[in-house]
Amino acid sequence: MPPPILQARGLGKQFRGFRAVHGVDLDIAADSVHALVGPNGAGKSTLFNLLTGFLRPSAGRITLAGADVTGLPPERVARLGVARSFQITTLFPQVSAREHVGLALQARTGLGWRFWRSEGRLDRFRDRALELLDDVGLADAAEVPAAALAYGRKRALELAVALALDPRVLLLDEPTAGMGAEDIDRTIALIRRVRPGRTVVLVEHNMSVVRNLADRVTVLQRGAVLVEGGYAEVRADPRVITAYLGETHADR
Amino acid sequence: MSGFLQQCFNGLVSGGFYALLALGLAVIFGMLGVVNFAHGAFFMLGAFGAYVALAEFGVPFWAALVAVPALLFLFGAVLERTLIRRLVPFDPLYNFLLTFGLTLVLQDLVKREYGVQSQPYPRPAELSGSLDLGLFDYPAYQVFVLAAAVLLCLAVWLILTRTRVGMVVRAATERPELTRALGVNVGRWVTPVFAFGVALAGLAGVLAAPMRAVNPLMGADLIIAVFAVVVIGGLGSVFGSVLAGFAIGLVQSLGNLYVPALSQTLIFIIMAGVLLWRPAGLFGREEART
Repeated sequence: MPPPILQARGLGKQFRGFRAVHGVDLDIAADSVHALVGPNGAGKSTLFNLLTGFLRPSAGRITLAGADVTGLPPERVARLGVARSFQITTLFPQVSAREHVGLALQARTGLGWRFWRSEGRLDRFRDRALELLDDVGLADAAEVPAAALAYGRKRALELAVALALDPRVLLLDEPTAGMGAEDIDRTIALIRRVRPGRTVVLVEHNMSVVRNLADRVTVLQRGAVLVEGGYAEVRADPRVITAYLGETHADR
Repeated sequence: MSGFLQQCFNGLVSGGFYALLALGLAVIFGMLGVVNFAHGAFFMLGAFGAYVALAEFGVPFWAALVAVPALLFLFGAVLERTLIRRLVPFDPLYNFLLTFGLTLVLQDLVKREYGVQSQPYPRPAELSGSLDLGLFDYPAYQVFVLAAAVLLCLAVWLILTRTRVGMVVRAATERPELTRALGVNVGRWVTPVFAFGVALAGLAGVLAAPMRAVNPLMGADLIIAVFAVVVIGGLGSVFGSVLAGFAIGLVQSLGNLYVPALSQTLIFIIMAGVLLWRPAGLFGREEART
């Protein structure tokens, strides 16, 4: 097994006495798809925000490809090759789909001291942006402002934006939430297609997506790791069944 | 007819001051989420800076026009680093209170040194005459102020829409988390943007010195009207602030001519009307998550 690309040791986050995440050890193997699951409030999104620098951990360490990234601000983590999507759709309402992808492509080129340079209308990224939009099934919506896209298509656009950063590690916070069956199938196929050479970490409630994609599954409960293993192994674990008891996901 | 045109000109000149101040407020609000109540005090510091530079050090108007905003840029940067920044994570009211308190401190410091009476500031010799505009003569200095205000607003507009740093500022204004997730260091631009807004207020102050009474309260009188302008244009909307600035200047000036009884209240009547019709202002957007 290759060494973990993303690793957490004893990771914890306290909010005013509330332990959102505590004592989490996580090993994300390079080039794997790793799913984080667990009931609402289990700390999945907090863990995501810790791994991407949006929250500073109260305890523990995070390493990316062996380098300590604990406490780095999100833009530094992003520049090290970690792209993420957000649980709540986060896009620029007035900006078109193509310009979104263009912005992400441009962000990679660095700002440096040439910040006064004119950027025209991002035309130099046009072809690559259209390719990426085609990948996520948004070829027909290139010039549509984000606010006018249907919910599932906004999620697809967020995925295209993250992919435009050509990340080593892609963290997707509920990428299929609110999507119809067709869009879910398309997203699964897309993640499969883009995963060679990348590591994908998913927070996902839809167990069929997890079963289809994940090499490893970590189940979180009340801010701590409950079980970790392959999908079938985790599915059969009595502790997981108990944790989910009464939740609709249990029998999917 | 020439009286009407002349009044339009006057309105656009005072609108230029509204626009410059509202522009700085809008940029600062967009980037930091801070309603900078001290903006009027920075304007006053700009005018006093020009006055002190001339009276104490013999620095002429044109040099003050560059040096005073530059000093205020530094002052703004220090202020953001030492005070404003600490309160940004909390309720916006904290920074509102801080900048309000700062206004009182700055006003009283100036008052203690120079008293409340207005200080004279001569027009620069090059612009002391008047221009023949066909129907009427108009002071050259006022024409210069109007042209400077329009050009400055245009320049800021071009920076925001056509340059990379402008894109970063606009992106960080709308979706700071997403901008950071794309690897852009948003924090790096917070201090320069705040300082720039302060410098812009200072520049407006220098421009005002030769044509308005230079006294410690000149900013306090103006800032209330500028807040109304910002609300009318839409809080955080740069375009709306500038347009509303010039429009309100014009309307106020014509109001003085035709309905003098309402001259002080007209702007607030308009503000109330706009708020009833469009609560987010003319060019503001209701914050809906996308």
